[in-house]
Amino acid sequence: MLHNLFIGELADRLVKRQISSVELTRHFLSRIERLNPALNAFITLTAEQALQDAASADARLGNGEKGPLLGIPLIHKDIFCTQGVRTSCGSRMLDNFVAPYDATVVARLKSAGTVMLGKSNMDEFAMGSSNETSYYGPVKNPWDIAKVPGGSSGGSAAATAARFAPIATGTDTGGSIRQPAALTGVTGLKPTYGRVSRYGMIAFASSLDQAGVFARTAGDAAAVLQVMAGFDARDSTSIDVPVPDYSKALGAPLKGLKIGLLREFFEGLEPRNAALIEAALNIYTGLGAETREVSLPHLPLSVPTYYVVAPAECSSNLARFDGVRFGYRCENPQDLMDLYKRSRGEGFGAEVKRRIMTGTYVLSAGYFDAYYLKAQKARRLITDDFRAAFEKVDLVIGPTTPTPAFDIGAKMNDPVLMYLNDIYTIGANLAGLPGVSLPCGFVDGLPMGLQLIGPHFAEAKLLNAAHQYQQATDWHTHVPRGYE
Amino acid sequence: MSNWEVVIGLEIHAQLATKSKIFSGSATAYGAPPNTQADLVDLAYPGVLPVLNARVVEMAVKFGLAVGASVARRSVFARKNYFYPDLPKGYQISQYELPVVARGSLKIMLDDGSVKTIGITRAHLEEDAGKSLHEGLANATGIDLNRAGTPLLEIVSEPDMRSAKEAVAYMKKIHTLVRYLEICDGNMQEGSFRCDANVSVRPKGQEKFGTRAEIKNLNSFRFVEKAIHYEVARQVELIEGGGKVVQETRLYDSDKDETRSMRSKEEANDYRYFPDPDLLPVEIDEPFIEAVRATLPELPDQKAARFAKDFALSAYDAGVLSASRELGAYFEAVILGLGASHAKLGANWVMGELSSALNRDNVDIENSKVDPEALTALLKRIVDETISGKIAKEVFEAMWSEGKAADAIIEAKGLRQITDSSAIEGVIDAVIAANPKQLADYRSGKDKLFGFFVGQVMKATGGKANPAQLNELLKTKLGGSGNA
Repeated sequence: MLHNLFIGELADRLVKRQISSVELTRHFLSRIERLNPALNAFITLTAEQALQDAASADARLGNGEKGPLLGIPLIHKDIFCTQGVRTSCGSRMLDNFVAPYDATVVARLKSAGTVMLGKSNMDEFAMGSSNETSYYGPVKNPWDIAKVPGGSSGGSAAATAARFAPIATGTDTGGSIRQPAALTGVTGLKPTYGRVSRYGMIAFASSLDQAGVFARTAGDAAAVLQVMAGFDARDSTSIDVPVPDYSKALGAPLKGLKIGLLREFFEGLEPRNAALIEAALNIYTGLGAETREVSLPHLPLSVPTYYVVAPAECSSNLARFDGVRFGYRCENPQDLMDLYKRSRGEGFGAEVKRRIMTGTYVLSAGYFDAYYLKAQKARRLITDDFRAAFEKVDLVIGPTTPTPAFDIGAKMNDPVLMYLNDIYTIGANLAGLPGVSLPCGFVDGLPMGLQLIGPHFAEAKLLNAAHQYQQATDWHTHVPRGYE
Repeated sequence: MSNWEVVIGLEIHAQLATKSKIFSGSATAYGAPPNTQADLVDLAYPGVLPVLNARVVEMAVKFGLAVGASVARRSVFARKNYFYPDLPKGYQISQYELPVVARGSLKIMLDDGSVKTIGITRAHLEEDAGKSLHEGLANATGIDLNRAGTPLLEIVSEPDMRSAKEAVAYMKKIHTLVRYLEICDGNMQEGSFRCDANVSVRPKGQEKFGTRAEIKNLNSFRFVEKAIHYEVARQVELIEGGGKVVQETRLYDSDKDETRSMRSKEEANDYRYFPDPDLLPVEIDEPFIEAVRATLPELPDQKAARFAKDFALSAYDAGVLSASRELGAYFEAVILGLGASHAKLGANWVMGELSSALNRDNVDIENSKVDPEALTALLKRIVDETISGKIAKEVFEAMWSEGKAADAIIEAKGLRQITDSSAIEGVIDAVIAANPKQLADYRSGKDKLFGFFVGQVMKATGGKANPAQLNELLKTKLGGSGNA
């Protein structure tokens, strides 16, 4: 079936005119129409625009143009501004917001000829690990609709797992690509901070946010990253480092690759999860890689550090949503203070408010040193730990999440329990490192993820290691029942 | 009153003369229709990011070098968080802990001719806010964001000033300097140059500062002086009446000539400053500083010293003539034509007739109706005694209003000075013959009548008699007391 093909094969058929982009687009749209109601993976569908864009891609193909993504359908997380299309960020605050411009990621993928099918559901302002904080309702996990798909990019992850598109974009601030990728059995890549422009990506925590991609294979992710990556003068934190040919890097043998086992990741790991990681390590040693244990002694500080830094930045980033210029405005404001209080009070959901309040608190006079400054110091220590580890090994490996997907509603009343979901993913964000999550087996019939983290700008090496693993295993080819 | 010492520090906001804003590409021109110079970045749309305008850093460094300050090799933009409708992001991007310029100083001249050094604590870059509009709007407030994002250099002085006069002298000196450096147009009506004054009083001899009040947004030298006078009197009266000054922000009402409380320290915002994660630290290296140093013009103090030395001018005259680059250039052009030996004559004319004509007609010196060459031509006629200084003033007025050359006016109006002794003698004889009583009185000791005879001769010659010659001849002719 078309929807089980990888983009290399799809691109090949498109170029050979064996199939048109319009046909491909119709195929995915009809799957979405049929299967999405059970999943709620979308906030906005753009079927009409998609068919027009597919026709344009077909015209380009007809002119002999080629491109790895030309005519390929995709889904954008609703955090990316898309010109003329509602960009809600999963919030009532932006339910009425039609972006007047394209995010750099969107613009680049658009000019590469991709066809946007719609905007995916997400935790409100990307704050959540279960996609339950969305104003548009929770996304269901295609492996079991009683379970969460993870978050915050839950819609993109579920849609990729359900074969609603071969690829989807996401953002990862504390694990928001890798964690849902793990929980839905797809490949999720978070690039190095600064590798992909943040321009047009609605900010949650600016020093941590990074755009990335969901795909079913590392090879597909490499093709998408190729287009997304690169310096953007409109984002001062994007870094002007040459973009290597990621697809070309996929062939390199792993012999001699040094993989570090993060001691802190394995301590107290659930035995069935540990067994999957063990099995993955055996695959890697079979491919010629060497493994050794490395330690990141400050890694246990990552969750508390993150939950100071991220809320601090979010409390400031979200101040612009004040009911004055765009977005939600309360009815009949009595005065300025009333306008602010009710617009923000009614426009934001509970988790967003919790983080704004936390962030406001940690930046307040008298608390700044004890929280914000201390967190910055801890962040530095964690970064230094990773740097030291990468002097000994090429990549580090561990689980993506402590457990498989949990029940919808199970953790909503316990924020700390929810936050601990990101215990293995947050470190890479704090240190700005690239990370990838790969399907590596099942626990209780639910997919689990293997996480690889590399040094800054080591995406090529990371993707190759992921690709080699996928050449040697077939976990990434498993399809949730009903979505074959 | 005389038992109290006044302590003043100023925070001057100089709008940097860039074409575009500090973090966006919008124009900064004054007076455009509301919101026509505000792009998505200025409007703080979701997803947009600031990009630093490199010109502003250059300008700040220029200022730093001109006041002998240290230029930070690394400075950091921070967010100052507060809600206000004219502040679209909900925070102002400013510099807090690490400003670009620190520890400079400036010399001012006091009334008694002595020189005082005023410390400059720091100068930092920041963006301006927009403004609220109330006129012509019923039950609504308009927001104009044209000014939002306009680059400002905030120059903070030490509390080194001891009177309103010193404060004004310092502010004028900074005003002169920023225009010399061409980093600010200095236009105070348009708000390009304004200041906040921190004012306190303490008993003479006391070391500890009194509690200060901050008077906001003073946009003229006169207002600074009046506001400080009012505030000092208020504080002294308060303390002498047994009260206490509270730390607060006050507003100066120029119509009523008083300051009013805006908000007390307790009501003050907690700005929750933290480094802006959207902007990288500003790194400045030695070559950059040297390149900027090479663009520094001759500074006001250097120019004044040169004028005093090369042209034998008093410190006061040299100071006035170097108060702006344009005035200095005009003066130098005059001296170039006239010769340095007549510098005092040139100085008197530039500071006297020319300046008052410019002030009277509110014309900038660059647009003077009498250019330096024309003025030089006039002054040459004084030097070569073609006309007297008094007649020259009449000629100057004609040049100013008719735009003709000095010589043409002298010829056309027949103003050439009478230097022929026999002609002057003839007039003197006639005057003496017509005034026998005054002659007798003079000769009997009424010396003051000498002036009467001078006046009569001048009247008869239409003011054209050479004054020195007239004096000489008249003395001889009147004889008599001979001691006039």
